Amino acid sequence: MSAQLTVVQRPSRSRRFSRVFLYVFLTFMAIVWLVPVGSAIYAAFRPYAETQKYGIFSMPKALTLQNFKDAWTQSNMTRTFQNTAFIVIPSIVLILFFSSTMAFAVSRFSWRFNVALLLLFTAGNLLPAQVIFQPLFQMFKATPWPDLLSDTNTGSLLGTKIAVIIVHVAFQTGFCTFVLSNYMKTIPKELGEAALVDGASTSRQFFQIIMPLCRPVLAALATLEFTWLYNDFFWAVVLLNQGDQRPITSSIANLGGQFFSNDNLIAAASMIVAMPTLIVYLMLQRQFISGLTLGANKG
Amino acid sequence: MTAPVQTTATPPQGRRRRRRYSQLSRGDKITLWLMAGIPTLIHVVFVWVPAFMTIALSFTKWDGLKLGTWKPVGFANYWAVFTVFDGKFFPALFNNIILLVFLSLCSIIGVLFAYLLDKNIRGSAIYQSIFYMPVVLSLAIVGFIWKSVMYSPRQGLFNVVLGRTGQGNQIDWVGNSEKIFTFNIPGLDTSLGLTKNFAAILVAMAWRHIGYVMVLYLAGLKSVDPAMREAAAIDGCNEWQAFRRVIFPVMKPINVVVFVITVIEALRAFDIIFALKSPPGTKVLGVLVRDNLVGEGGGQVGLGSAYGVVLLLLCLGFIIWYLINNYRETET
Amino acid sequence: MSEGYEQSPSPSDVGFQLVTRRGLIVGAAAVAGVGLLAACGDDKDSGSTTPGTDGGTETTAAGGTDTTAAPSGDAVTVGVNEAEGTKPYDGAKAGLDATGVPYKGNFVDHNSFQDNITSYLQQPDDLFTWFAGYRMRFFAEKGLAGDISGVWENLPDFTEGFKTASTGNDGKQYLVPTSYYPWAVHYRKSLFEEKGYTVPTNKDELLALATKMQADGLVPFAYANDGKWPVQGTFDILNMRLNGYQFHVDLLAGKEDWTGEKVKAVFALWTTLLPFHQENPNGRTWQEAATALESKEAGMYYLGTFVSSNSTDQAYLDDLDFFNFPELDPAIGATALDAPIDGFMMAGEPKNAEGAMAMLTAIGSLEFIDAVNAVNPSAVPANSKFDASKFTAIQAKSAELVGSAEFIAQFLDRDTSPDFVSNVIADAFANFHADPTSIDSILSDIETQKSQYL
Repeated sequence: MSAQLTVVQRPSRSRRFSRVFLYVFLTFMAIVWLVPVGSAIYAAFRPYAETQKYGIFSMPKALTLQNFKDAWTQSNMTRTFQNTAFIVIPSIVLILFFSSTMAFAVSRFSWRFNVALLLLFTAGNLLPAQVIFQPLFQMFKATPWPDLLSDTNTGSLLGTKIAVIIVHVAFQTGFCTFVLSNYMKTIPKELGEAALVDGASTSRQFFQIIMPLCRPVLAALATLEFTWLYNDFFWAVVLLNQGDQRPITSSIANLGGQFFSNDNLIAAASMIVAMPTLIVYLMLQRQFISGLTLGANKG
Repeated sequence: MTAPVQTTATPPQGRRRRRRYSQLSRGDKITLWLMAGIPTLIHVVFVWVPAFMTIALSFTKWDGLKLGTWKPVGFANYWAVFTVFDGKFFPALFNNIILLVFLSLCSIIGVLFAYLLDKNIRGSAIYQSIFYMPVVLSLAIVGFIWKSVMYSPRQGLFNVVLGRTGQGNQIDWVGNSEKIFTFNIPGLDTSLGLTKNFAAILVAMAWRHIGYVMVLYLAGLKSVDPAMREAAAIDGCNEWQAFRRVIFPVMKPINVVVFVITVIEALRAFDIIFALKSPPGTKVLGVLVRDNLVGEGGGQVGLGSAYGVVLLLLCLGFIIWYLINNYRETET
Repeated sequence: MSEGYEQSPSPSDVGFQLVTRRGLIVGAAAVAGVGLLAACGDDKDSGSTTPGTDGGTETTAAGGTDTTAAPSGDAVTVGVNEAEGTKPYDGAKAGLDATGVPYKGNFVDHNSFQDNITSYLQQPDDLFTWFAGYRMRFFAEKGLAGDISGVWENLPDFTEGFKTASTGNDGKQYLVPTSYYPWAVHYRKSLFEEKGYTVPTNKDELLALATKMQADGLVPFAYANDGKWPVQGTFDILNMRLNGYQFHVDLLAGKEDWTGEKVKAVFALWTTLLPFHQENPNGRTWQEAATALESKEAGMYYLGTFVSSNSTDQAYLDDLDFFNFPELDPAIGATALDAPIDGFMMAGEPKNAEGAMAMLTAIGSLEFIDAVNAVNPSAVPANSKFDASKFTAIQAKSAELVGSAEFIAQFLDRDTSPDFVSNVIADAFANFHADPTSIDSILSDIETQKSQYL
């Protein structure tokens, strides 16, 4: 646009009104959205004896931090957090690495198998976990695994956290490849061309040019993956049969004993368990939004 | 962009979009094969092989305890799904269809939220975090919140606010499987309809789904060239027209993604319903699969696999349609 | 946060309050009662015959581990369905420590453990907690449980009834029992005194009492079905009272017709009784119903004796009492009841069979159950030598009740195929409560679907 055709827009009364209405509406919705979680937080701070008699939403007579302390020790969160870290962090690293290489190969070089591979990955990611759990379970059971590398000495891959990592990598690579390949397609070809002309090998092109450019989308994917893997309950429970191997999501189950299910305790545990994902999301929020552009058009 | 120094192998600029595979060095080719091959191998071995095995298992009767003890039974499991268990299968399928409609509405709301948040609002990040937060919570937590804190008959928020916590006066949000509307399909014994407790669960699902869609759409909206909006404003479009004629078409890739996600979530729904212990009337296909395959009652591997295959076909049929559509466009 | 079908509670999980001086009963009668535990009923008869797999321990190695006895010094691995940090966990740990056998415990929360048992059993510990009943025999037949008849030769402290309950279809023992609890009608003594109620002994008295309670503004029966298992208890007792124990066992084994007259009679009676129960049970947890009993909103509650674990109010717990569900048909009487039994089983192919057997023998001894009960006086110890003076009032009464019963069932979800329960029965009963008039179609669905499982 050469000539600056500025349209002077004086904030008219109706415009201001609609602006105010917008804020009111959004704030109202935000409060509505917060009510469920807010209620749980409220329950977490109340002692069980009180809520058992008067219900969760009665006026508080006393507030306590005891539920949080109990939740931590009773479900041994130190250990379960360690287990989660052991599973989630390597998984994310591997997932992002493999999807990047895959997306790179697929999107920057024209191949015959290009479309077929992408189809394979995207479709495979849509299979619900329960459907393929049985054969996978048997496969792991039949794979011998030396005790040296296993923390549970079961003799096979089954029961090790490594099995869970493998499953996560296999399942999540599809989605990440899809997102990354869309993103990589938007990276100007000229950058790649220039590098090749300068004699750079493919791997150098990948590591030194493309990957740095993908930082936003990698951050976004890392956030998403962290949320999903951290919250995964199914694979961990099904593949890990030793109680001390299980990750954080099983803590809540540990507390929900069949008897005496102390809702306040569970609420406190839920808050603790939710902290990491919330923190990660809040920290990476900006990259999250920008990275998820999925390569959508620039005009 | 500087014009590259010409070497023999450089393709003419501007016309060829991608480097030809045959023009790469050997080392590069190997790298490429590894880069694509290893992930593919992992994916195929751990996702597709089990998927095919599941399909194979759906033609057997097996209790899942020892390898090799399965008995081939042909289509008996499928027959059972559609006849013996029709009282479970069709209501579940109908619930999935209800979900499809409902989640589509939620997606529209999510798009609306995204649009509103895109308007240079102060504190937009805070609003975004609040709406997205349910997505970040583990399903065990979501189930707990909705079951014990919101919907509990004795002390849940809804009943407390409505003043109906006394015996005999309580609203049973989660357990009440009375149907809001019913209709009968000829040939089917059970009537289909939407149950009250499923409607309550839909509220919980909306809580999650809207934020999810909102964030996706917002990401897309932020990448729309502001010049386009200005142009539309200059042309005298009001907001709705600007959205419909300019922004929405330009967001096509995102629109498709949102649509796909909505459909997949509707078909694969499982988590929240399961976290509330799938009360009667709220079963969906995902729950039926799980009941037969996992858990102490999971000794019906053949039957569960049959349910799974039906679910898989539904998802696949749709995915193939979408992918053909999407990739045909981008390849041209 | 249970997964999937919620299991009915197990005795070791019951959280009874610690013994108080007021609650002690020097129970000579109680001891005698336990000793009278007669035939636990026809355990040998029920259960489907699944062909193909060998029973007992001579299973073929299906890619599993070697069953060579590990050198002594290797810890026995024990899987327990209690999560760390709970009182039942403390009890179990105390007991296992008291055996003196070196072990490594694998503690998993109640619901996850049971829900994933089929996965677990493919890679089990040497020993694991489980229950008597169909489930036990089911696993024994599949070769997933080890034959421990040898251990039973050294267990003098259990009555015939328990031995029968621990026996599989092939006549060998697979379980060492630890504790049990009965299902009975609970009530508050002070409420009954206040309103002048008396404990009913037959159908007419029961109905009269319920009507009187209604007139007094109470709900006669507290009632819940969250998790879909609690109402199975009501079905069990009604079926056993109207049609007898043998019919009940056969029905659950798939040998009787769900659409027949006998079953229809049960549901007809149930329908007439429903107005006396709290309405809309499907969304109510048993804990909420128990609270209704405690707050005197409800007059009675038919549930297992774990009902007391919902409260910490000592005054209420002292006031709590129960009576056997009255007879409905004089010809049948009231000698049958549900009393699930918990215990330990050995894996089909344990890594350390020697150690496992030694541990099982120790578990069957008095030291074990003494240690457990000192920390967590849950349910009633199955060991007949257990010092009855340590019983709480409820424990003593439970022992007496079960001791005088002729037929002991294990509760519906332990007395039949777990697939059948979680996929068919659980939903069917819940649907019945949502709409009692649809019972005919519900029963015919059960009948057609049961052939898939039994």
